[in-house]
Amino acid sequence: MPNRFSFLTLAREALRSHAGWRPQWRSPERPQPAYDIVILGGGGHGLATAYYLAKEHRVGRIAVLEKGWIGGGNTGRNTTIIRSNYLFPESAALYDHAVRLWEGLSAELNYNVMFSPRGVLMLAHGEHDVQSLKRHVHANRLAGVDNEWLAPAACKAFCPPLDISPAIRYPVLGGALQRRGGVARHDAVAWGYARAASALGVDILENCEVTGIARDPRGGAVTGVETSKGHIRCGKLGVVAAGSTSLVMAMAGLRMPLESFPLQALVSEPVKPVFPCVAMSNTIHAYVSQSDKGELVIGAGTDQYTSYSQAGNVQILEHTLEAICEIFPIFRRMRMLRAWGGIVDVTPDRSPIIGTTSVPGLYVNCGWGTGGFKATPGSGHVFAATIARSEPHPIAAPFSLDRFVTGRVIDEAAAAAVMH
Amino acid sequence: MLLIACPWCGPRPEMEFRHAGEAHLARPADPAAVSDAAWAAYLYERSNPRGEHAERWRHLHGCGRFFNARRHTLTDRISATYKPGEAP
Amino acid sequence: MRLPSGGRIDRSKPLRFTFDGRAFTGFAGDTLASALLANGVHLLGRSFKYHRPRGLLSAGAEEPNALVEIDRGPGRREPNTRATMVPLVEGLTARSQNRFPSLRFDLAALASLAAPLLPAGFYYKTFLGPGREAWHRRWEPLIRRMAGLGRAPEAPDPDRYAHRFAHCETLVIGAGRAGIAAALEAAEAGDRVILCDEQMEPGGRLLLSPGEVPGLAALRGNLRVTLLPRTTAFHYGLQNFVSLAEILDRPDGLRERLWQVRTARVVLATGALERPLPFRGNDRPGVMLADAARAYAARWAVLPGRQAVLLAAHDSGYEAAFALQDRGARIAAILDLRAAPPLAAAARARGIEVRAAHGIAATRGGLRVTGVLAAPLRPDGSPDAARATPIPCDLVLMAGGWTPNLALFSQARGRLRWDEAADAFLPGEVAEALTCAGACAAGRGPGHPIAAIAAGALTARRAFVDPQNDVTTRDIALAVQEGFRSIEHVKRYTTTGMATDQGKVGGMLGLATAAAASGRTVPETGHTTFRPPYTPLSFGTLAGRHRGPLFDPIRTAPSHGWAEAHGAVFEPVGQWQRARAYPRAGEALHAAVARECLAVRQKAGLLDASTLGKIEIVGPDAAEFLERCYVNAVHSLRPGRCRYALLLREDGFLFDDGVLARLAEDRFHLTTTTGGAARVLHLLEDYAQTEFPALRVFLTSTTEHWGVAALQGPAAREMLAPLVRGCELAALPHMTVAEAEVMGIPARLFRVSFTGELGYEINLPADRLPELWEALIAAGATPYGTDAMHVLRAEKGYVIVGQETDGTVTPLDLGLGWVIGKAKRDFIGKRSLARAEMQRPDRRQLVGLAPLEGRAPEEGAQLLARPGAREAEGHVTSAYASAALGRPIALGLLARGRARHGETVLATRLDGPPQPLQIVPPVFWDPEGKRLHG
Repeated sequence: MPNRFSFLTLAREALRSHAGWRPQWRSPERPQPAYDIVILGGGGHGLATAYYLAKEHRVGRIAVLEKGWIGGGNTGRNTTIIRSNYLFPESAALYDHAVRLWEGLSAELNYNVMFSPRGVLMLAHGEHDVQSLKRHVHANRLAGVDNEWLAPAACKAFCPPLDISPAIRYPVLGGALQRRGGVARHDAVAWGYARAASALGVDILENCEVTGIARDPRGGAVTGVETSKGHIRCGKLGVVAAGSTSLVMAMAGLRMPLESFPLQALVSEPVKPVFPCVAMSNTIHAYVSQSDKGELVIGAGTDQYTSYSQAGNVQILEHTLEAICEIFPIFRRMRMLRAWGGIVDVTPDRSPIIGTTSVPGLYVNCGWGTGGFKATPGSGHVFAATIARSEPHPIAAPFSLDRFVTGRVIDEAAAAAVMH
Repeated sequence: MLLIACPWCGPRPEMEFRHAGEAHLARPADPAAVSDAAWAAYLYERSNPRGEHAERWRHLHGCGRFFNARRHTLTDRISATYKPGEAP
Repeated sequence: MRLPSGGRIDRSKPLRFTFDGRAFTGFAGDTLASALLANGVHLLGRSFKYHRPRGLLSAGAEEPNALVEIDRGPGRREPNTRATMVPLVEGLTARSQNRFPSLRFDLAALASLAAPLLPAGFYYKTFLGPGREAWHRRWEPLIRRMAGLGRAPEAPDPDRYAHRFAHCETLVIGAGRAGIAAALEAAEAGDRVILCDEQMEPGGRLLLSPGEVPGLAALRGNLRVTLLPRTTAFHYGLQNFVSLAEILDRPDGLRERLWQVRTARVVLATGALERPLPFRGNDRPGVMLADAARAYAARWAVLPGRQAVLLAAHDSGYEAAFALQDRGARIAAILDLRAAPPLAAAARARGIEVRAAHGIAATRGGLRVTGVLAAPLRPDGSPDAARATPIPCDLVLMAGGWTPNLALFSQARGRLRWDEAADAFLPGEVAEALTCAGACAAGRGPGHPIAAIAAGALTARRAFVDPQNDVTTRDIALAVQEGFRSIEHVKRYTTTGMATDQGKVGGMLGLATAAAASGRTVPETGHTTFRPPYTPLSFGTLAGRHRGPLFDPIRTAPSHGWAEAHGAVFEPVGQWQRARAYPRAGEALHAAVARECLAVRQKAGLLDASTLGKIEIVGPDAAEFLERCYVNAVHSLRPGRCRYALLLREDGFLFDDGVLARLAEDRFHLTTTTGGAARVLHLLEDYAQTEFPALRVFLTSTTEHWGVAALQGPAAREMLAPLVRGCELAALPHMTVAEAEVMGIPARLFRVSFTGELGYEINLPADRLPELWEALIAAGATPYGTDAMHVLRAEKGYVIVGQETDGTVTPLDLGLGWVIGKAKRDFIGKRSLARAEMQRPDRRQLVGLAPLEGRAPEEGAQLLARPGAREAEGHVTSAYASAALGRPIALGLLARGRARHGETVLATRLDGPPQPLQIVPPVFWDPEGKRLHG
């Protein structure tokens, strides 16, 4: 069992040179021959799924298979923005479920995930943006999700580095503020869920790559997975593989409505507190907050072509910093310290897929695109219920795969698209 | 920034081009005759491979033509570009 | 201390500068670092976590400690600048950072006392309470104030940045011995060569010798060679697309230039970085990399100390010690981790005491080192403190061996391979046309193995691996103990290698420490990924000139000049600036809009509609092509006639609308929305080229060719008629087009209306439009802007794609089913309209909404069936004060809306309780269309 985390244990360990800390999670070298449920993918969503399966559904033996190191994919590569001010009620319900779990997550996991509800401000730069964001405010308030409209001066008061001069190319005409939104420490989310899941008996197998999915020759149901650590039998298989989902599902003969794109982010050198909130502009593609360490954390866009290279073009960084310098001109002399890329799996309607598949025993949770981190606890929670009960959790139900056949898509991106 | 060989214009920087998705997806000749599932497969399902990928590009800020390319999605190396209707 | 002679400085040019308000003098050719050292300033900063005193560690780009604030005046203050990379200039103002109240006495250094409570990752284990949001409300603000280094700038940067593209056959990165040789060779072979180097003077370690750098003169004289000093290659992209940042600091305000180089071949000559050594107190000011101390003495004629102790794991340290000795320093002792140092005899011959198999048990001193405890090594490689002897000194040299500098090689997706003999990662396979030359290819010879060095320091206290982030060997060992085995996990848990030097200094040592702690070898442990940029890069350099109006090009309509001169208020619509309204002096915007609306309804108004997209579609199969793309019946459209046309996406949702005019059997003039012009053309080209390649059809964008004046209102015909020749206006019914001369200019004359009034859209070559514009104004037309246009079209129930629609709306939802050609077998999106979801009876449909009280609803308001309802049935898409009707009007999308005319719904408000609206047909003005056809 891992040590309990508290100031007292920290103080006690300080007196004995920290000799008593045990591994935060068990990472067995070899898997057991069989598990009731195997979760494929050791990112935040997969680890959260395993944790809630073990904690709330008590389904027996559970393993998480991770081809590299846990939290090494998009969990450890994103800009950690958390918010739930989505337009459609289905989306708002899903993301707000997550925000409510975020609010108690450090206590739940006994791990400081540094959830910091410092407010997310989304900026409007034209009449169309104003209409769109106000529509969000109306819809969110009705759905019980906090969101408020700020005039430019109020935006400036909330986010002092913002340039609200009417003379800039895309002047700020106002903003929608979700005060419950914020950021969290991404690595801690993966580690905290891993530690808590491990304490409940979940096996976390790192450096374990899945190479095939075994199915019953008669009914087609999933019976196990082939891995770099040998064959593992399982009753149910939950795929939470983000950018690699298409590849894994192809092992079960399924084609997915997904494309994987490189997405970049960057941080500046650390400076003293200068940016108190999270600010986003979808119109000019600027997304920024400041980490507790002091770095400006800046999200960039995706490249135009699909790729698994985890590297992006310098042009994308250029466009991102142009946008940052345009609305935060005091940052022009700041320096980019580090840029990196992840692989995001994008659906046609930019909403995730959570649910069952046409293969018995195979479940999938994917398609989070550029915004999956914020959903981590909610995604794991509803996916765990979906796997345990073999039917979609009510919050997950609208996000089924078959919406692409019926046409009942949840197109948040189109709803926000700038068109005239 | 990729260096892309337009089959009409020769090698040009990526900024002159627009990516246009997976290649060789045939629109059903008679859409009314296909099932909802088959239509959804045409509209939305993509191979999204890790490896060789057949994809479309348009030389938007050049000759304006669409063409096909084979690119490895792990290395982003383009092994061939070819005109529509041609083999790689 | 400045030496009386030598160095590459110009003693005839003294330069004054200040540091923390104290005035000093240096010379041209100094860096800020060398000038401070020359003035005896050794304390230059404080570390990130414990606020421990820090001095210079290096003399180059890898410097982690000597980060200062440079202030060149308002808007030109920048934090975290490496003192080693700042050329001294007259009047330079530098300040230390991350200290309070002063650098010498920093209260936050008390954190050091609590260090046992603050091991790696301590913040994950505590700050969990008390109470809810304890982290956010109580602890995070404290942590944030303690963290961070310098202060962000406070004013916009007035300097300029430039971009340049370049092509060459050979790009050489690093102008040391290997780089200069490679550049000379390539230039002789006829290549265009770019040679860049991050230092202010090219030469690399050749600069340690006096005199001209060999080969540089030949390069400077060769026109095929571009030599770029102070230029850092920071990003290595695919197919040898390399980005360089050149620092100019020109007096005219041009600060930096971004070079983006496509090159056939890259020669990487980036040298090797000296490794520090781990021992207790290895972070004190005065503890320095041996080669850096040598550089200060040789290049800048500065002795960093009078009495030095060398701790050596590599022979290169002896060269440094000898060089310092030659310039007057006393070498108190050489402690060598190796049992049989090869150069011991040479050192002893110089009178230097050498102790083999010795290390440092600890350093002594406060703000500067005053001595070391030299100790023999135990069998496990750790210094035996019990047998330690003190040696006084004011300088400790660390010669820990060398790490080939392969960050860019790694960015080029090259694989690093561990070379046991070199005791380093060396370049392995790489797909790019890239070769490594010099020390980055082969290292600089082995010394005491890094694995043994790390193993000997695992239990040392305060042996720093990452001096900026205060990561010690014990922190790394703790991470391993807690189960963090992947080197990426160790990095993230301890933050080692995440400081502003990005692991250049301590990366290898951290890796070896993690390996030692986990009982693995260095290659088994692997290395972390090298990420761009190579060294920190100004945001402004990447952003370049793309600011203000150049951030995104501004497109203006032909009447823009007139509008500006007449006080128009503009709004951005995509890239366009469109006139929103033309308020008269003292007139409020809403009053101007009302006046403009009434003018159109009562007489005639004039809108510049030139921003609408226009596509000329020509060819024998043009009609068949459009028939297959648009929802409309096109074959039945006769020449001279127009139709309101809709284009869907293949998923059935509305993509764009416009007017399709047939000019001849084989020629169409199609308009699109302002924002949709490019994407409509792209989509049509896609179908023309790839789905229907057999059709003979050509598409040409004519958006910029045609200027469009929309003259709308009951008096439109009489105003326009005198200007027209070749067309009888009265014979031109609604939805027709004719070619005619307007003011003697060939024009296309459309009888169309987006207002519900009699109206014409006159298309002229764009440069001639202002003539017509002024003539129509003179004839009594009132100019109106986009705000009035929005009101006028809403009064008539005309939708705007992007306002009434949002990418989830079908033509049927909008009541536009009549536009769809009934007999058509196929068009883009038709199949999708047959899906179950599109057929649902409860889809949201376009309705008119009439407020039952005096005010307009808010756009975006949610529509509720009853008070207290939690689910919306739709939303308000448009809402305006209608001057013509004398009351507010609105449009909305509402579930089953068309069947609910006469019912009441509630619209949410942000400023109060929901307001009741009556559901009405969406056409408020002239429902019979008499005025349109008048």
